[in-house]
Amino acid sequence: MRKDGTFIAVEVADETAADAALATKLTEACPVDIFATADGGKLEIVEKNLDECVLCRLCMDAVGGRGPDLVKILKLYDDGAVLV
Amino acid sequence: MRFFEYEAREVVKRAGIPVTDFGFTTDPGEAREIAQRIGGPTVIKSQVLTGGRMKAGGVKFADTPEEAEAYARDILALEINGHMPRGVLVDPKAEVEQEYYAGVVWDGTRKQPVMIFSPVGGIDIEQVAEEQPDKVGRKHFSNILPFGDFEAKEVIASTGVTGSALNKLTPIVARLAKLFVENDMTLAEINPLGRLKDGSFVALDAHMDIENEARGRHKKLLKDLGVGDEETRQAREATPFELAGEAVDSQDHRGVAGNVTEFDGNLGLVIGAGGGSLTLFDAVRAHGGQPANYCEIGGNPSVSKTCGLAKLVLQKPGVDKIAVMMSIVSNTRVDIVARGVIKACLELGHDPAEKIAIFRIPGAWEEEGFKILEKYGVEYADRSVSLNEAARRAVEKIQGTTAASETGAPGLIPGGHT
Ligand code: SF4
Repeated sequence: MRKDGTFIAVEVADETAADAALATKLTEACPVDIFATADGGKLEIVEKNLDECVLCRLCMDAVGGRGPDLVKILKLYDDGAVLV
Repeated sequence: MRFFEYEAREVVKRAGIPVTDFGFTTDPGEAREIAQRIGGPTVIKSQVLTGGRMKAGGVKFADTPEEAEAYARDILALEINGHMPRGVLVDPKAEVEQEYYAGVVWDGTRKQPVMIFSPVGGIDIEQVAEEQPDKVGRKHFSNILPFGDFEAKEVIASTGVTGSALNKLTPIVARLAKLFVENDMTLAEINPLGRLKDGSFVALDAHMDIENEARGRHKKLLKDLGVGDEETRQAREATPFELAGEAVDSQDHRGVAGNVTEFDGNLGLVIGAGGGSLTLFDAVRAHGGQPANYCEIGGNPSVSKTCGLAKLVLQKPGVDKIAVMMSIVSNTRVDIVARGVIKACLELGHDPAEKIAIFRIPGAWEEEGFKILEKYGVEYADRSVSLNEAARRAVEKIQGTTAASETGAPGLIPGGHT
């Protein structure tokens, strides 16, 4: 799953998006509410908040350090550089 | 925020300073009842937040309750300098032997309150200071350390007041100083402070201003006085542009991006950080620029809030370009502000490189911020360019006289136009 803002894009691996426990962790971790949990526990990316991303990496920590593999933060203003 | 006289008198009374047995009303019939209760000649005073009441006929002396009612009716219908009265104050006509002045005012240069006392009251203290400087005592005091009554005594004594008057005035002036600090005031003045025939002192009029930013700390007092949250009591009513700025600022809790004041120039300002707004505003004017607004950004506002502020300024009629400038930021992030202002341009269909005259915000996350600005071709400056120089360049740009030589000026990085 991927959503793009003007400055930031977020990509979440399908297995992560479908994992209710990880979805909850991501929803709780992000300080600017980029993740939400839909009914049924599936992860959603809140498009209107994408450009608020503060590049804090908390989402990457929340998925057990498997950051860019499971959750990718892309800086669109920097040729799509991936936050590591 | 300025208090009406009847409110200021109530504040004085609560501090334990003797006041006359006054009453406040918005109803002429009630004015008669108050005058009846007082029993004797009264003064009916218009309650307006402007000067010149006496001259305009907003202060009248009544011998009977019926007269008090008639005067109250006239005064309630009387507009003074464009202000309709909030009500009238009905005050006993005191038999005063001498009028004094006592005041405390915030000295912004010393960053301390200064207590001022004079045995010549009833007229402007500025006039007394000019005509009889030896009759004005002054003393700065700490607004952190506890206030000592001896400090008040020193000031009063310095004007030649002695004996029983000195002893009776000391607690009054000390209480005024304490109420000033406790209520976060910028002005607390009793003028005149009257000495009656029996030697006692009584506050006959009071003027008070509370620091606007401190209103939240004095909710109970304001509620008790009946001051509504919506009452700004500024020198003029907020314009729709300024109200829209407030709405932007209150859209979320993160940081500040608002406090806009409307001007009629063509250079929109998105400015702030640690006094930077005032410095930058002055710098723009000093270089012949015409600001379209004043505003404040700080405390790391969200992208959407910054975007909202920039959009508001960009949409203001007459604005050709905006200048985004702050002093060196620490908690506010350069990249977040850059995102906000660029987003504003894009959402309004403008080319950020065209609309942003200069972006001069060095500090936290500047590397990321500068990458964003490069991508959109916005001209930006780092910390080697002073606030003054940034303001000059913004003005020059909007006036269309940017010197070709500037492109290579130190610290100025032309955006990455392709
Ligand atoms: S980096 Fe931080 S702000 Fe950005 S999506 Fe992850 S948790 Fe949210």
